[in-house]
Amino acid sequence: MLVLALDTSSASVTAAVHDGERALAEASVVDGMRHGELLAAQVERVLAAARVARTDLSDVVVGVGPGPFTGLRVGVVTARVLGAVLGAPVSGVCSLDVLAAAADADGPLLVATDARRREVYWACYDRERRRIAGPGVAPPAQIATTQAVAGRGAALHPAAFPGAVPPEYPSAAVLAEAFARGAVEVLPPFPLYLRDPDAAVPGARKGVLPR
Amino acid sequence: MVTVAGVLADAPLVLGIETSCDETGVGLVRGDVLLADTVASSVEEHARFGGVVPEIASRAHLEALLPTLERGCADAHVRLADVDAVAVTAGPGLTGALLVGVAAAKALSLGLGVPLYGVNHLAAHIAVDRLEHGALAQPVVALLVSGGHTSLLLVADVTQDVRPLGATLDDAAGEAFDKVARLLGLPFPGGPHIDRAAAAGNPSYVTFPRGLSGPHDLQRHPADFSFSGLKTAVARWVEGRQRAGEPVPVADVAASFQEAVVDVLTAKAVRACREEGVDTLLIGGGVAANSRLRELARQRCAAAGVTLRVPRPVLCTDNGAMVAALGSALVARGAAPSLLDLAADSTLPVTSVVV
Repeated sequence: MLVLALDTSSASVTAAVHDGERALAEASVVDGMRHGELLAAQVERVLAAARVARTDLSDVVVGVGPGPFTGLRVGVVTARVLGAVLGAPVSGVCSLDVLAAAADADGPLLVATDARRREVYWACYDRERRRIAGPGVAPPAQIATTQAVAGRGAALHPAAFPGAVPPEYPSAAVLAEAFARGAVEVLPPFPLYLRDPDAAVPGARKGVLPR
Repeated sequence: MVTVAGVLADAPLVLGIETSCDETGVGLVRGDVLLADTVASSVEEHARFGGVVPEIASRAHLEALLPTLERGCADAHVRLADVDAVAVTAGPGLTGALLVGVAAAKALSLGLGVPLYGVNHLAAHIAVDRLEHGALAQPVVALLVSGGHTSLLLVADVTQDVRPLGATLDDAAGEAFDKVARLLGLPFPGGPHIDRAAAAGNPSYVTFPRGLSGPHDLQRHPADFSFSGLKTAVARWVEGRQRAGEPVPVADVAASFQEAVVDVLTAKAVRACREEGVDTLLIGGGVAANSRLRELARQRCAAAGVTLRVPRPVLCTDNGAMVAALGSALVARGAAPSLLDLAADSTLPVTSVVV
């Protein structure tokens, strides 16, 4: 098994190669405005660092968010096209599950990430890191908690989430590991948008002649 | 496809991807030969909003990309593995929409191990004519007219030397068509509907203003355009009728508006050819599908002794074949490919043919 894992659901652009036993290489850069520029070069870099030929990849797995749409799509379309070219199956994983899998906490866990517009994407996990609620999108005050909170949302909203625990961003190595162990729910490789596009049907046209 | 020996079989197979607005286009070109031009459009999803909604377009690109890629290969009777180079629109256009195509093209380039060319959308609208009428004369004046652009360009070499002569100062021509269509109760996108309505109308029914065409404006803005005043003039005329309780003659207003647009476009384009001493005019972009623009351009070019080149309408609107055509020209010239970290650029200047 040779897995290529990608996640662009957060400000971190992350890619990793995993052989089923361990991560062979990982590259992550935190730059929320440059997913489209950085990801492909990062994939090339981790393949080289892992000494893996792209044609030997057996699986592609991608974090499908939720997350800011434009960056999220970069990862999803990259994974889907690579899979098509290489003849490798492409799987999706909820990016919040990846944060939960790496969270530095023992008890129940909330994952909260930056959804912009003063909201967070969130999901709740039990001790075994099974998702028991979410993913959803909400204002922090609405889901405020004193329990452990992983993800960038905790750092951004300390009043609502005083129990911040690492990590802030998902790691492709953790994603690959969780996928390889069969420890996460596999989803179709399409974004979890959770919000409809911003668009308003125009009202009556305003006149140009004086009333 | 008919197998042709020699040049055709030897030329590299170039795949082009276009996602700058609401069309997901995949084209396949070998040399100057078009093998496939496959387009999925989200235009119907935008219609009720009266214009393209960027997030809706971006989502639709992601949904359509792989199926369009697969259909393009099937249409061309090739496999993805046969592709020798990938070209993609890097700008100008809607950022979120561009990024879907750019990321897909990078993945193709990386997965296939072939060179990547991030190209200019406007230059691609010019290069597509190679597929229809063969190698371009050098130089040509190009008039690019669409919902997002209205430009006059001096093209010495579409792969590396494109200079702006002028552009719209406000609305794009296609945008004016959309806005006037709405005013007349015609659906989005306005272009084809106004064209159809105008066919039954009198283009001299109302003399609408010709923007930036007076003697003073022609001196300061010989190759620039302005359509927002025209749009307002049509609105005033229509409202005046409505307020007086009189019916609006839709066909006549559509024809009169359309005449005002194409009169200015063709007059300035032919004038630019004369000023630059260029004997070929090329028209591209979605508005180049307008039947009256094609007809008046033909008349005026013939009168001025200018050779007119306009691709067939399906190659004028956004498509992947035009991107593949420019990619193919770049490969033929031995141009350096783009780097894997190339950025989509929503405001890419027309002088940047490759990024």
